Amino acid sequence: MTELPKEQKEFWRWQEYHRVRNDRNWKNKDVITAGVDVGSVGSKAAIMIDGEMYAWAVTRTGSNSPDSAKKVMGMVLEDTDLKQSDIQYTVGTGYGRVNVPMANKAITEIACHAKGANYIWGPSVRTILDVGGQDIKAIHCDETGRVTAFLMNDKCAAGTGRGMEVFADLLQIPIEDIGKVSLSVDEDPPPVSCTCVAFAKTEAIGLLRKGWTKEKVLAAYTRAMAIRMANLVNRVGLEKDFVITGGQSKNIGIVSRIETILGVKTLPSPNWREGGLDPMIAGAAGAALLGKALYLKSKGS
Amino acid sequence: MAITAGIDMGIQTVKVVILKDGAVVGRAKASSGFEPAKAAEQAFAEALQISKSSKEEVTQILATGSGMETAPYANGNVSMMGADAKAGVFLFPSARTIVDIGAEEARAVKCDERGIMQDFVVNERCAAGAGTFIEAMARALEVKLEDMGPLSLKAERASPINASCVIFGESDVVSLIHRQESKPEIARAVFDAMADRISSMVHRLGINLDVVVVGGVAKDVGFVDSLKRKLGIKILVPEYPEYVGALGAALTAASRVKVGQQ
Amino acid sequence: MITHYGYIDGSGEYFIVIDSDKCNGCRKCTEKCPQNALEMVTEFIDLEDKTVAAVSETHRKKIRYTCQECEPERNKTPCVLACQQGAVKCVWKPL
Repeated sequence: MTELPKEQKEFWRWQEYHRVRNDRNWKNKDVITAGVDVGSVGSKAAIMIDGEMYAWAVTRTGSNSPDSAKKVMGMVLEDTDLKQSDIQYTVGTGYGRVNVPMANKAITEIACHAKGANYIWGPSVRTILDVGGQDIKAIHCDETGRVTAFLMNDKCAAGTGRGMEVFADLLQIPIEDIGKVSLSVDEDPPPVSCTCVAFAKTEAIGLLRKGWTKEKVLAAYTRAMAIRMANLVNRVGLEKDFVITGGQSKNIGIVSRIETILGVKTLPSPNWREGGLDPMIAGAAGAALLGKALYLKSKGS
Repeated sequence: MAITAGIDMGIQTVKVVILKDGAVVGRAKASSGFEPAKAAEQAFAEALQISKSSKEEVTQILATGSGMETAPYANGNVSMMGADAKAGVFLFPSARTIVDIGAEEARAVKCDERGIMQDFVVNERCAAGAGTFIEAMARALEVKLEDMGPLSLKAERASPINASCVIFGESDVVSLIHRQESKPEIARAVFDAMADRISSMVHRLGINLDVVVVGGVAKDVGFVDSLKRKLGIKILVPEYPEYVGALGAALTAASRVKVGQQ
Repeated sequence: MITHYGYIDGSGEYFIVIDSDKCNGCRKCTEKCPQNALEMVTEFIDLEDKTVAAVSETHRKKIRYTCQECEPERNKTPCVLACQQGAVKCVWKPL
């Protein structure tokens, strides 16, 4: 994946931070594992004690994967009295997974993301739609978090954070407001006919000339994007419970329309500021969980 | 002696051709803008003036192109594929495949020696498969569209561009510039990517020689060069490739007049 | 795991669908593909690494173009026919 220039990188702002659950004592526990998820924009790490979340950290990915992995690993160990050597098994994931120096094994982000979603939202989760800055992933999994079907749409910008950004720029609406603004119309107009971002620009200008308000144009476009994402979800199989992750999960205009089209409510995302788990660490959490299973398997139990 | 006209209501540009006794006597174009019908009237007037004839002398006017329904003065329509086939064989009697690449659509038409369409494939609704892709990449490169081709011909190799989307392609090009890749090599990569897509489309139809490339993108020497390399065959390009649709409509109008007279 | 290789864009849906649970790693599809668009990859399934067929990275974003000559709308492309396990399918829905 191509690195985007810095100013284009962040579709939704997020903070670098680390957290330790001090109510958990790691001493005398059986298995301590870590998951390190080096993504194209963010690097995440999670430490689990016997398969329960103990600490996690989120930071920006730097110019090289090994350094980003070391940095986020250093962050996650901070404020714990754990050392790197206390961790019995580490799994690397994300697009920089093969360059995680401390990893015992690299596993694709899909397997980790599903496993982590299963942990964060619970075993009832069957369908996950992950809408990032540059791609859209749809995952179907079973009650253990094992992936049963997967699809990644990374060819086309329509619906991705980048695509929404181009459209928001065109309408001169601040990116963080587009969800709210798109819902300010009384009734959704028909979706724009062309989902291609490059062509939708032309269509949008035509609609504005016809006297449509910005809000109405945005609603028509957001609706078209939601229909398209719903199609992706249907392709892998929609089943309750359903969650949306990634930057676009914060776009209420997209989320509410997908819910209407599919006729399913998404499970609400926990908020780390209120003591919950962070959906951003799903991949790292899944990696740590798979790490535990692999560790136990290697010990023959 | 009959004078006919063809109006090609393209998404980006409206083209008009005036035909007199089997020869082009006037051609003009105008940017479609938001009032394509007005643009067509303007281009029509200009083409008439060049042809030194009056509107009353034009016996039959046919429209083609994606906006053909909105064409002024038209007595009827011709499909875009039909117009391509007709004009392609008129310009090059040996032509059996006409590849037409416009701003927002690309198509390949298979035809017989009479210029009658036999089969076709279309790429539409994705900007990466049409002229828009090259335009957007030229903007990202900060190179004038018409300079892209000559620039690309200076390159010995192509930079790596993986994106198959205009939007992602723009960021790809920007990061290649940041990495100080040479502009000619980036330009060549843009044309190679485009040629790759067009070549698959032509293969779909089966390559029937001769292959003629028309439409606005055919004016681009860089693209034609990439497509030649990709297909490994000779490619014919007419002198005014962007007027081929309008010419096809004017030719069809002429044959309708002839049929009417018989 | 059923993986959909391909995309939905403005022009339609294009996917090569590979079921790695059914895939036995025989490589026949990779040998039959006239475009060399398929390759063997390592997939992590049930805590094991398994070698299965996949659409190669370079073709994933242009599979519609790559596959055009095989006429995948009939779902009888060389890759689909080569697979005795029924692990490979084509989904081709141009708009």
